[in-house]
Amino acid sequence: MRVEMFTFLLAGAICLGGALGVVLLKNPVHNALSLVATLFGVAVLFVNQGAYFLAAIQVIVYAGAIVILFLFVIMLLGVDRETDEGREPLVAQRPLAVATGLAILGLSLVALLSAGQRATGDKADLAPLNQPGPDINHLAEVLFTRYVYAFEITAVLLTVAVVGAVVLSKRTNEPLIDLDEFPEGTVVDVRRRADDAKAQDEVDADAEVVAVPDTEGDPQEGGDD
Amino acid sequence: MSNPLSDLLRSYLAVGLFASLGFILVGLLLFLSWLVRPSRPQAQKYISYESGVDPVGDMWSQSQVRYYIFALLFVMFDVEAVFIFPWATRVELYGVFGLVEMLVFIGILLLGLVYAWRKGVLRWA
Amino acid sequence: MTAAVLQNVLASVGGLPSIEFSSVAPSIILALGGVLLLTVVSVTKDKLPVWFPAVWTISAAVAALCTVFRLWIRVGKWGNLSLISGAVGLDRFSLFVIGTLCVSVVMGALLLEGYLRREDLEGPEWYVLLLLAAAGGTTMAAANDLIVLFIGLEILSIAVYILSAMHRRRMSSLESGLKYFIHGAFASAFLLYGIAMVYGATGSTNLARISTFLADNVITQNGLMLGGIALMLVGFAFKVAAVPFHQWAPDVYQGAPTPVSAFMAAAVKTAAFAGMIRVFVLALGPTYRDEWRPMVLALAVLSLLVGSVMALVQTNVKRMLAYSSIGHAGFILVAVHSSTAMGTSAALFYLLSYTFMVMGSFGVVAVVGRKGDGHHQLSDYRGLGRIRPGLALAFTIFLLAQAGVPLTAGFLSKFYVIRSAIDSGDTALGVVAMLAAVIAAFLYLRVIVAMYFEGEPGDEVAPVKVPAAVSVAIGIALAGTLLLGIVPDPVTHAANEATAELVAPRR
Repeated sequence: MRVEMFTFLLAGAICLGGALGVVLLKNPVHNALSLVATLFGVAVLFVNQGAYFLAAIQVIVYAGAIVILFLFVIMLLGVDRETDEGREPLVAQRPLAVATGLAILGLSLVALLSAGQRATGDKADLAPLNQPGPDINHLAEVLFTRYVYAFEITAVLLTVAVVGAVVLSKRTNEPLIDLDEFPEGTVVDVRRRADDAKAQDEVDADAEVVAVPDTEGDPQEGGDD
Repeated sequence: MSNPLSDLLRSYLAVGLFASLGFILVGLLLFLSWLVRPSRPQAQKYISYESGVDPVGDMWSQSQVRYYIFALLFVMFDVEAVFIFPWATRVELYGVFGLVEMLVFIGILLLGLVYAWRKGVLRWA
Repeated sequence: MTAAVLQNVLASVGGLPSIEFSSVAPSIILALGGVLLLTVVSVTKDKLPVWFPAVWTISAAVAALCTVFRLWIRVGKWGNLSLISGAVGLDRFSLFVIGTLCVSVVMGALLLEGYLRREDLEGPEWYVLLLLAAAGGTTMAAANDLIVLFIGLEILSIAVYILSAMHRRRMSSLESGLKYFIHGAFASAFLLYGIAMVYGATGSTNLARISTFLADNVITQNGLMLGGIALMLVGFAFKVAAVPFHQWAPDVYQGAPTPVSAFMAAAVKTAAFAGMIRVFVLALGPTYRDEWRPMVLALAVLSLLVGSVMALVQTNVKRMLAYSSIGHAGFILVAVHSSTAMGTSAALFYLLSYTFMVMGSFGVVAVVGRKGDGHHQLSDYRGLGRIRPGLALAFTIFLLAQAGVPLTAGFLSKFYVIRSAIDSGDTALGVVAMLAAVIAAFLYLRVIVAMYFEGEPGDEVAPVKVPAAVSVAIGIALAGTLLLGIVPDPVTHAANEATAELVAPRR
């Protein structure tokens, strides 16, 4: 067996195993850590393709930073909070999710298999990236010529993200306005109901998210489909 | 296929060999110590601090939102660094043009950082 | 490296790109306007007058609009161009869309000004995000490269996700932001997957190169290409809220702060349709139109019918406008489906007039919502004709325009769309569109009836305050709606001239 094939199979197995772990494990922290395995497997696949710089980026940015961010969110919400996995907000959500997932897999497989043995693209157009030499140099060459505009506007995209992070994570001390516009309740309501139940159980429950009704108007009804 | 790629991957074989050697060595040592050591399980041996204060509560604690802000800002500038690396390898190729492009890119992000700083999210209080 | 080697490397990638800043001036003005506003407010902290960010935003949008007119003339002289190594297309199509986006920024800023004061919300960040979102939209409209298009879409979407969650004391605002974010992230993933597949099949992300490659080569095993087209279509359909990818729209429109719903309905739709037309009609139109047109047909018919029928049964006006915007997306999809220059012009005219109509409608909804942004039931509109006759009249005109009554912008835009469908031989589709318009007319009448004929004269009606800035916005919208209906010629002429073209980059 050739080394590439061996590496590919190994990395593919790591990817798939990690992905299954993300979906199937119960503890959210374990889900996030399984994602690291998947991303690491993808990095190995990049090495296999000779894209060493991308492999490094994959490990540094995705496995390193993004998953850490996921973990922060999980810890922020509190893993100890019991999640009610039995209740499904939408009827037949799980079977539908499985069916959709399989459909997307099928579409990808059909698309890739029917593309035949080789990609049908214009080889000449990819030429700059296929020359020998480190891939980071080729990336630099196309980044500052063909994709220079995309590169510049990425800065704007990142700035939007900075503003959003600062604005949305700012603490607010003012009372919440709960118009109960989505009466059948999804995210916020389920959370609040859980909190109410908790508050009844424990007398000294911390007053964390207690919805104060709007003093201005009467509670609205809406969202009637 | 005898392209350079294959050779390079083969040179990674050494890494793989040494890594597996490491695992085998550690496994062997653990196995040996398991063979010779006595086994007397006690409940106290499984708590975090065998002697001292008994731990209270769950081991998963809720973290604060400010960690998240720092992590998010870190990701932002991590991505910025990703773009700087390729540029650095080709500085002489692009000269002034590349410098200007890079300065525009970093400049916009710096303005975002100035905003975060003035908003006080960088202060730990 | 030696100089000769460097030159070789440069030549192999097509040489250094020449950056013509004037050609992307509208995007630069909007983006810099946003970033500089952010800097100004962070340096001066709270010392700025309250009106400053709104005035800044409107000035930036007007300045961008001025450059649009200059570039329009320039394109007339020099023809369509492809700039910055083919990443940006300068043609009258993109300029028309950019102009429309600037108009929606002006009105959005005016609506925000009144809204933020009433709700005691501070924050120039609203305006910063509004400007940056518009910059993303203009980038999309002018994108000649799938990567640029995608990044533009992300700038626009992420800014709007944040905006919809920014009324942080309203629970429904937070919820709508979260829903929009999750659905939108899904849509972006589909779009990106599609872009990757098309790149694999054609070897390029540049729309002009894709177009020429497909014209010069016949792809024998085109599964990759077809998969890519389908996935890109799913991504765009999510963004324009076409049925069956519309589920997010009612909840998000209802929960988001009303001025943001207005901007969402106008600007996000405009930019997403511009991107869709660039990719499907321009790049894939000549070669793959038989493959994508049936899919767009299905989306159009479903959006028209589901949008109109579901809107009828709503009792929340914001939700009703959300469903009606799905129906309007169906109309624009009819124009896209025709895949002709006539269809493109019809879509452009529709987008501009819809911007005026929907911005005006949501402007009225924003003030009727009163403090707390919660009075959006149909019953809250009872007696509005009595206590606020002017406001009620304006809302009546916007609703009639959306229904497609003659002498308003809505009639002509629907007329052009249906004409483009019939012109390309889809009489049945034209009939479906007309049917949907008739169904939708009922729902607009329901609101009008509530405003004028429901409620006893003695009923207590909570007072409605109309801030000055909002009345200016409603005035602009009213002027646009009526002018486009009565003297449409200049705009029709411009929309007909605004044909898009993919110019291959210099190589």
